[in-house]
Amino acid sequence: MFKKLSLSALAALALTAGAATAAGDDSGHKTHNVRFSFDGPFGKFDENQLQRGLKVYTEVCSACHGLRYVPIRTLADEGGPHMPEDEVRAYASQFEVYDDELDDFRTATPNDHFPESGLENAPDLSLMAKARAGFHGPYGTGINQFFKGIGGPEHIVAILTGYTGEERVQAGVTYYENTAFDGGWIAMAPPLSGEDVEFDDGHSNELHHEAEDVAAFLMWTAEPKLMARKHAGFVGVAFLILLSSLLYLTNKRLWKPVKDKAKGKA
Amino acid sequence: MSGIPHDHYEPKTKAEKWVNSRLPVIGLIYDTIMIPTPKNLNWMWIWGIVLAFCLALQIVTGIVLVMHYTPHVDLAFASVEHIMRDVNGGHFLRYLHMNGASLFFFAVYLHIFRGLYYGSYKAPREITWIIGMIIYLLMMATGFMGYVLPWGQMSFWGATVITGLFGAIPFIGEPLQAWLLGGPAVDNATLNRFFSLHYLLPFVIAGLVIVHIWAFHTTGNNNPTGVDVRKSSKAEAEKDTLPFWPYFVIKDVFALAVVLAVFFAIVGFMPNFLGHPDNYIEANPLATPAHIVPEWYFLPFYAILRAFTADVWVVMFADWITGGIVDAKFFGVLAMFGAIVAMALVPWLDTSRVRSGRYRPMFKWWFALLCLDFIVLMWAGAMPAEPPYSTISLIGATYWFAYFLVILPLLGVIEKPNTPPATIEEDFDAHYSKPAEPAE
Repeated sequence: MFKKLSLSALAALALTAGAATAAGDDSGHKTHNVRFSFDGPFGKFDENQLQRGLKVYTEVCSACHGLRYVPIRTLADEGGPHMPEDEVRAYASQFEVYDDELDDFRTATPNDHFPESGLENAPDLSLMAKARAGFHGPYGTGINQFFKGIGGPEHIVAILTGYTGEERVQAGVTYYENTAFDGGWIAMAPPLSGEDVEFDDGHSNELHHEAEDVAAFLMWTAEPKLMARKHAGFVGVAFLILLSSLLYLTNKRLWKPVKDKAKGKA
Repeated sequence: MSGIPHDHYEPKTKAEKWVNSRLPVIGLIYDTIMIPTPKNLNWMWIWGIVLAFCLALQIVTGIVLVMHYTPHVDLAFASVEHIMRDVNGGHFLRYLHMNGASLFFFAVYLHIFRGLYYGSYKAPREITWIIGMIIYLLMMATGFMGYVLPWGQMSFWGATVITGLFGAIPFIGEPLQAWLLGGPAVDNATLNRFFSLHYLLPFVIAGLVIVHIWAFHTTGNNNPTGVDVRKSSKAEAEKDTLPFWPYFVIKDVFALAVVLAVFFAIVGFMPNFLGHPDNYIEANPLATPAHIVPEWYFLPFYAILRAFTADVWVVMFADWITGGIVDAKFFGVLAMFGAIVAMALVPWLDTSRVRSGRYRPMFKWWFALLCLDFIVLMWAGAMPAEPPYSTISLIGATYWFAYFLVILPLLGVIEKPNTPPATIEEDFDAHYSKPAEPAE
């Protein structure tokens, strides 16, 4: 019985490991693990960190990059930055959005989304933390992702802190050397250099802190229901374990006479 | 409808008699769930229930997702984000559906390999096996089209690559591909027809599942010994079997609950582990991803597709003998579909008179190698198409064909199988009287 169970478990593991290889690509091979507050099944977003990340985004990233899928009102959501509603309203009013009905621009309200990217070639950042990955090893099996996470926010940190200072000009465009970027040369000038933003909570604004804060914020924009999802996962797993235990006992009881009879005969 | 003698439904009350004489549906349900089932079934026989659950899960979650999804190239990606952000519980529903497909394929592979090991495909269960293979093909079609719907980069480029396979067919390929796509390239027409078919096919699968169950209820279940249930009388049959309800329903539901606990852990804590990050980038026909990788459950066959490159001698030979009609691309397509056809034809390729692999000492090793081969192909399918992975894929693909086309036919002749127990009862009693074996 145990031998068979362990064989089945092994087969299952092997299939899963094979499965993990599907999640492989080359981006982020220079990615280092960062201990984020939202890592692991028990991880939660840190509201203060998300608010700091929002500030980095607003004062630096938003100059070029948009968050087109993110409604501004969700800044007030629990399980997110959880800002007071009046602050969210004030925050929204800094943006101008085009209104189809008015056929004109107007001040944004919390019900509007963040603007799209202002710079044509700057990718939208709403889902960036899920659109990148790291930790594909060992041997492309992706098993490392089980322990370190999929590596999207870590990749963002690696990009923001991966500049070497080298530049080169090619066909009139300046490229910057970045150890985390595929191909090694990125068109984005180093956006952060440390002490770019003054945090309201007095938190350190060294480069790697700023990078981690904005990466955490972008994980929230990519996966705003992360905490609700983990909670639902816990409830589901807990109930299923309870149900399995009861069914195990039912099954044992049900089969006992049949197995006893078999034992008695031989 | 079972061939094994057992009690049938007898309407007792007046109302039951009234219904039964007009529509014998209660009797049908009774006979179906009371089917005599070999009592020695092991835990590999639980995947059928898991699969039935998966189909129901995918249909139910899918129907709700459709209420919020928009099948249009400009709106599809945003509508999925709308589900993830604005629809109540939408994020969990979508992750259930997304990972539900993975559970579905995980279970179907274990179900298929169970059948391959215990010889469930052999006479008289060939039709059950063939229906199962058709279900599996439809599952692949459904899964593939479902993956296109979120309209991410892998959706778009996966669709481009896979429909391109049809374009490799000589003479009719290009018009066929254009007909499938509804135009010269993957576009709105493609998305709309894939959406329509993705909604339709699960119901076709549900119909075939009924036929699949009907077929094996007619022959009776196979079991780990491969020995037939004694059918001479009801009393004899009852020594080998127990009714499906309650014995196997409770056992299967227990196993399902354990499987679902793991499934919910993945959905709750790592829902994107099995997905591809590029699918969180909206489809862009102008930017090709560095590596186009299908979903994990297609990888073994994707590896076979890519294994037969133009520098392999069989491919060169096929190209030469057919005057260039079978080029490397078409050869790959033939190999991929051929790999599944070879598996579907296994009832006629396996020549051994012993059904269960348990009593086949040589078969066991070749079968273990096939399982390993499947996992290696899955891994190779995810790797870039370059050495050493292309060589590994080629070796893996060769073994896949060798197993079905050479090894199985030969083994039946050269192998000396052990003697299976005379009856299922004997196997069951021997199993539970072993003092060292912990009780199940």
